Amino acid sequence: MNDLQAPDIEWVALSPSLIVFGAAILGVLIEAFLPRKQRYYAEVAVSTLALAGAFAAVVGLAAGGHASGEAQVAGMGALAVDGPALFLQGVITLVGLVSVFLFAERRLEPALHGASVDSFAAAPAAVPGGPAEKEAVRAGWTTTEIFPLLLFAVGGMLLFPAANDLLVLFIALEVLSLPLYLLCAMARRRRLLSQEAAVKYFLLGAFASAFLLFGVALLYGYAGTVSYSGIAEVVSGEPGAIEPGLAGTMGNDALLLIGGAMLVMGLLFKVGAVPFHMWTPDVYQGAPTPVTGFMAAATKVAAFGALLRLLYVVLPGLRWDWEPVLWGVTIASMVGGAIVAITQTDVKRLLAYSSIAHAGFILAGVVAVTEDGVSSVLFYLGAYSFVTLGAFAVVTLVRDSGGEATHLSKWAGLGRRSPLLASVFALFLLAFAGIPLTSGFAGKFAVFRAAADAGAMGLVVVGVLASAIAAFFYIRVIVLMFFSEPKADGPSVVIPSPFTSTVVGLAAVVTVVLGVAPQYFLDLAGQAGVFVH
Amino acid sequence: MNPENYLYLSALLFTLGACGVLLRRNAIVVFMCVELMLNAANLALVTFSRMHGNLDGQILAFFVMVVAAAEVVVGLAIIVTVYRSRHSASVDDASLMKL
Repeated sequence: MNDLQAPDIEWVALSPSLIVFGAAILGVLIEAFLPRKQRYYAEVAVSTLALAGAFAAVVGLAAGGHASGEAQVAGMGALAVDGPALFLQGVITLVGLVSVFLFAERRLEPALHGASVDSFAAAPAAVPGGPAEKEAVRAGWTTTEIFPLLLFAVGGMLLFPAANDLLVLFIALEVLSLPLYLLCAMARRRRLLSQEAAVKYFLLGAFASAFLLFGVALLYGYAGTVSYSGIAEVVSGEPGAIEPGLAGTMGNDALLLIGGAMLVMGLLFKVGAVPFHMWTPDVYQGAPTPVTGFMAAATKVAAFGALLRLLYVVLPGLRWDWEPVLWGVTIASMVGGAIVAITQTDVKRLLAYSSIAHAGFILAGVVAVTEDGVSSVLFYLGAYSFVTLGAFAVVTLVRDSGGEATHLSKWAGLGRRSPLLASVFALFLLAFAGIPLTSGFAGKFAVFRAAADAGAMGLVVVGVLASAIAAFFYIRVIVLMFFSEPKADGPSVVIPSPFTSTVVGLAAVVTVVLGVAPQYFLDLAGQAGVFVH
Repeated sequence: MNPENYLYLSALLFTLGACGVLLRRNAIVVFMCVELMLNAANLALVTFSRMHGNLDGQILAFFVMVVAAAEVVVGLAIIVTVYRSRHSASVDDASLMKL
């Protein structure tokens, strides 16, 4: 075996994910070697620096032309470094950075035994209310493992939209999912609910990834390669060289169609589109709210990135087969999410159904199959993720004696008690609804215009109708906050540390800026709309 | 022997696993059925690898084994925690959030 060659790895082009994974491993070492008291500070510092560094690396790569002219396939064909990948990686690192602040917040929960605590369980593995948990609470323990878990999840999300072969796609999916399953189980309050959310998310997520994996196997069987461009060549009927094995399988459309359908199914599950949305409301409600915010924002970005690349790079030859299916999924998500959201009485569940509807709106841009479609989806994802993060950050602040007061009836009259917070939340809701001068409007307009230009007028009409339905329940919450009498035993708004204030403030600023002056960012997304092949 | 037969076996195993996930009520059994689905995919990968005469599929199968092991660690941790606090591993009992 003298001819074994070392692989060529473009370290610089891969630096964003390498930085994040390195920091995650460092975080694990911190857990192992530092004394308990210092871990929190070390973990927050490492996570913040790593994600800021990764963002800087993404910006550096984009400024160096990797987003346009010098787009390349790095790591022996494993990862694409191109416009869509870098744009989404930028969004994901920023969302991750801001989520670190949400995770690190320690002023919301009342101090226990003199130690300030965060919204994560003192000992997640202990029986709720049992002696082991009481012991851990008395000792003032906190679960600082959340930070390395967050970093691993972010690392997986960075790989997911950049994956350029089926192997990396599957590994990235698992690397981003497994830490999220654990994070879901770690709420300090309502622990049974949180554990239930984790079990549901885990079992359904593993089920969906098994489908994705079988799809990978079938597509590999069809094309004899796992690389995206290789499969695309076989799909279009022009493989480089026809091996004897390939000659036997490339005529077999059953492999291609079933494999492609299973892959798309696995990704639509992560996106949370109807009919693969069943897990969304339960998991969003049960998970600790900072985790919900992170998951709702970042997972969606990563999964849409992977879906776009799969449909646009691997399966454009199958366009006439997947387009009608995605039409159906888009319409079902927009209408289903918007209608079911009307009946919700819990803020987190309401936001979950709203995220299902938004998955539908974003899919409308995906179905357009044009460069405009890609850029509009990129812009929408950037705008939407910050609104979501901000909205869930506000949810962490409204509390009563039992922790977060998530029931909508408790939010009555919040606008009279704390006008500033209620106004910010109203801003986020208006952005969700797509009212002009918010980022939601710019995003929806871009997506629907791309869909209309591509001839999908039917989708646009349904989308606008669904937006109108959705606007109804967003406005209803605003009316509830500002025009009803506050209850005597209602929740109070906790004054947070600068961490959460930064998150809410930043999200509000992004929402307004992207709404009032979206052109720069639309141009940015417009330049990033081309996939490398 | 014709390698296609292994593909039929793998499709059968995958279907069995999927039916198990949908029908069984114990979280551990559901999880084992998911593992069965992953292993069915492995069998398909190795078979295709043999049919195409390249190693991509076998390498993928190794990765899947590692991922499955990691998934067992995370999954059993979650299921055991739930079992401790509820004294039941039934997926039907986990219904605090039903509408």
